[in-house]
Amino acid sequence: MESLLNTSSTMLFTAFILYLVATFIFSFTIKDKNKERKRTEFAGKLAITLTIIGFLSQLIYFITRWMASGHAPVSNMFEFVTFLGMCLVLAFIIIYFIYKLNVLGLFALPIAMIFIAYASIFPTEIAPLVPSLKSHWLYIHVTTVALGSGILFISFVAGLIYLIHGIDQSVRSARTISLEIVLYIIFLIIGFIVISSVFGAMHYNASFEYQSNGKTLQSEYHLPPIAAPHDGKLLTEDAMKPWFEVPTWMHGADAGKKFNTVIWSFLTGTVLYALVRLLCRKRIGAAIQPLLKNVKPDLVDEINYRSVAIGFPVFTLGGLIFASIWAQEAWGRFWGWDPKEVWALVTWFFYAAYLHLRLSRGWHGEKSAWLAVAGFGIILFNLIVVNLVLAGLHSYA
Amino acid sequence: MNHIKCECGHVNPEGTVLCEACGKPIAENQHIDGNDKKKLLNMRYEGSARRSTTYNKTIIDKIWNFFSSVKVGVWLIVLALIASGIGTIFPQEQYIPSDAISRDPQIFYPETYGIFGKIFYQLGFHNLYSSWWYLILIALIGVSLVVCSLDRFVPLYKALKRQKPKRHETFINRQRFYSETDHVSSEDLNTVKERLLQQRYKITEEDGHIVAEKGRFSRWGPYVNHIGLIIILIAALLRITPFMYLNEYLWVREGEVKVVPGTDGEYYIENKEFVLDTYAEDDERFKDAIAKQGRVIPSNFQTNAIIYQAEDQEVIGAETKLNKITDDEISMNHPVKFGGYTLYQQGYQLNEFSKMTFKIYEMNDPDADVLGEFTVDLFNPKTEYKLDNGFKVEVTEYYPDYIITEDGISSKTKDSNNPAFVFKLFPPNSEESEISFVGNVLGAVEGLGIDPTVVELQPMGNVIGSFAPSVDPTGENNYRILIDSIDFDRKSGLSVKRDRTLPLFIIGALIFMIGVVQGMYWQHRRIWIHPKKQGILLAGHTNKNWFGLKKDIEKAIENTPIQMVKDQNNE
Ligand code: HEM
Repeated sequence: MESLLNTSSTMLFTAFILYLVATFIFSFTIKDKNKERKRTEFAGKLAITLTIIGFLSQLIYFITRWMASGHAPVSNMFEFVTFLGMCLVLAFIIIYFIYKLNVLGLFALPIAMIFIAYASIFPTEIAPLVPSLKSHWLYIHVTTVALGSGILFISFVAGLIYLIHGIDQSVRSARTISLEIVLYIIFLIIGFIVISSVFGAMHYNASFEYQSNGKTLQSEYHLPPIAAPHDGKLLTEDAMKPWFEVPTWMHGADAGKKFNTVIWSFLTGTVLYALVRLLCRKRIGAAIQPLLKNVKPDLVDEINYRSVAIGFPVFTLGGLIFASIWAQEAWGRFWGWDPKEVWALVTWFFYAAYLHLRLSRGWHGEKSAWLAVAGFGIILFNLIVVNLVLAGLHSYA
Repeated sequence: MNHIKCECGHVNPEGTVLCEACGKPIAENQHIDGNDKKKLLNMRYEGSARRSTTYNKTIIDKIWNFFSSVKVGVWLIVLALIASGIGTIFPQEQYIPSDAISRDPQIFYPETYGIFGKIFYQLGFHNLYSSWWYLILIALIGVSLVVCSLDRFVPLYKALKRQKPKRHETFINRQRFYSETDHVSSEDLNTVKERLLQQRYKITEEDGHIVAEKGRFSRWGPYVNHIGLIIILIAALLRITPFMYLNEYLWVREGEVKVVPGTDGEYYIENKEFVLDTYAEDDERFKDAIAKQGRVIPSNFQTNAIIYQAEDQEVIGAETKLNKITDDEISMNHPVKFGGYTLYQQGYQLNEFSKMTFKIYEMNDPDADVLGEFTVDLFNPKTEYKLDNGFKVEVTEYYPDYIITEDGISSKTKDSNNPAFVFKLFPPNSEESEISFVGNVLGAVEGLGIDPTVVELQPMGNVIGSFAPSVDPTGENNYRILIDSIDFDRKSGLSVKRDRTLPLFIIGALIFMIGVVQGMYWQHRRIWIHPKKQGILLAGHTNKNWFGLKKDIEKAIENTPIQMVKDQNNE
């Protein structure tokens, strides 16, 4: 048991390192001067091989964890987000073999790594399943949704490449600002991961006692409290004194803690962003742009569309149909307008709209790229905000 | 109807943009698909005559045209998307948590979410998904879907059926993929044909003109999937009727036999035993997680039940005779089915108070001599209890589910989940009475650190009551009333469903999936070879996946003098 779990986490770590190395090697492929054809081709092959090995080690992580816990490891936030990262890699591998486009790896793998790192912020213990989650349909549903999302993520990757490559960075415009905001948000997520890991490694803890719905509750802060719960009392003695209390209307369970985490992520993400920006002395988008000189925008646009075309049916199957079958088995109602279900429907509507817009002439290229970015945002919203804030039946954390 | 005769001899219906047979642009209709402003031809519906682009006179035309516009369709979808999202800002009425301040929406939303909650409630967003305007929005999507599909499917079908290999030159050179080659030998052409056949293209020839085609059936994908969606919408509509969809809830105590609601007295259920299993705290796999959560986690709950069917009564008023039909374990994810009905395990309650016995003592009596005893049946409490030795107890207040909040004492539900009493005690032969408050056993239990939702209190029934408070509000009482013993009941919450729309939903979903896969995982690809003097013109078109088409063409013309097609989109 212990040894299985050890193997499992070692394999996950190995996968992470392999993705990192593969990203690094992919970065050698994008110069593509004609003289160096052979070398870039070799680098591309090496990088995709490493990616596949990385994927296989993550697969071993998955299987061994399954063996250790006795249920498919997709039942809490850590397990699900990790799995989502793995699906993104799988989708990348599939699309890579269709289009052989190295630059995709340069963006897809770091995003997969961000997913895995983000997952590791959540508790990693194997948790017991409550009765409603004990169903094969649940596994089938969750894995299919994750796979569909992974494929849809590739359209985001392609869209992002399209935008960074194509947007005129010589003058400031609404488009450069929007792109910069997208990149800034990625920094915020990294900021969240960094700051949580730092204080996590220190085992930082500060407890508050506060009132909610007439009950006295405790909140365990793992980041120094800038914002305290409304009417909260600090129990830990040597902890930092909070700067302020969250307003009254934020009084759900742990609302103060969540808001505090958001503040920290903003602070850290902004500092990271500012540092990188100072180093580059230009917009991050403008700094990456020269690397993408050789990108063929038409091909990237086609990949954007193609991944939606491939991902949409898979997402529908997993997110709506299998989900309904499971809900029918568990509660006798295949659809219940639970927030998580509604957001799956929103995602589905969104990509349906995308597909219909692609039917008309003006929506190819840049507009599609922006749509792909928005779609990614909606899926992440469902994963993060709905799980942690709007919380319904599926609430993992 | 005006028909348009093309120079190739084919007679096209009015409104045709590209001749159905040879593809030659029909001069007066080029504005319809915007071809007059572009070099490339718009190939979406093969330039066929659609009703929506042909007629626009009567009101019916106008309505038809409105709904057949994809732009309108996309707007409807986007509106539905936004509306759906709004409904998740706060919980819907049915998801108001049971420990909320109040389950009355009028109180819950403003109290919990302040001014935004109030607005949310007043706009009716707490029942958004069954609001008339949301349903209309969904219905409009349905109408749009039908009109849009009819408008395009029929002409598209005809155009694809009537197409000929021999195409007009302007049709060929205004395709996105196009090339000209001046000299091509017939051997080379044969090689190309051979290779196209190998790639599973279907080849048709006419006077040296060739069209190679594959995957045409994928063009029907969208229409198939829209049919699936329509079936789902119809199923959803039917579900509103009780004949098609029935949903009831039932609580049944251990040992109890109850009629299953919604079955017109045909079926009965007996709860033989209710079982609750929890994860052991020292379970090797889960101990860390359980310790972190700090509470007992259920692993399974189930009702061991017998289902009976009532025999038709011959004599009215005679006792119903029950025939056992199944004996089953109902648990989460394992519903039991009988006679078209399904019973789902939904909830449970371990510690419902069924009986409480009280004893009366003299205040501060060191020997604790019992002066009187009475038992309250909590499902049927009396208002007055007369004891043998002359004591009389009046129940002035009974809170079956006691809770104390800022607004004072109240009962959360009507079920005896946590009874509390205000008694008026009349000693023998006395008109004077004294008041005592007894109850809130759960408060005492929780104070001891026991979680009554997963721990059974029955075994502690004889001692647990002594932890409950007995309050003398005046401080002048001569007697005390204490809880002596408690009986608990375990009841199981089951929902009863009969859903005759399920098969329709399943068929709809299946057709939808077939349609999307058909349309997305295959593509319609065509390659035209048009002889010109000693050479050829080569053109290609696909509805999606141009990358794939390009590879097909590359493979077909490899090592021949034929020029690779250029993507004229980039020019
Ligand atoms: C939520 C509802 C809808 C879904 C899920 C849906 C789904 C789809 C899908 C997957 C396609 C294939 C797209 C492609 O091949 O790229 C499609 C095509 C199409 N849809 Fe819808 N659709 C919906 C609603 C509508 C509505 C309301 C309209 C009417 C305006 C409409 C009109 C069309 C048309 C005209 C096509 C193209 C047909 C063709 O390629 O020949 N759809 N739809």
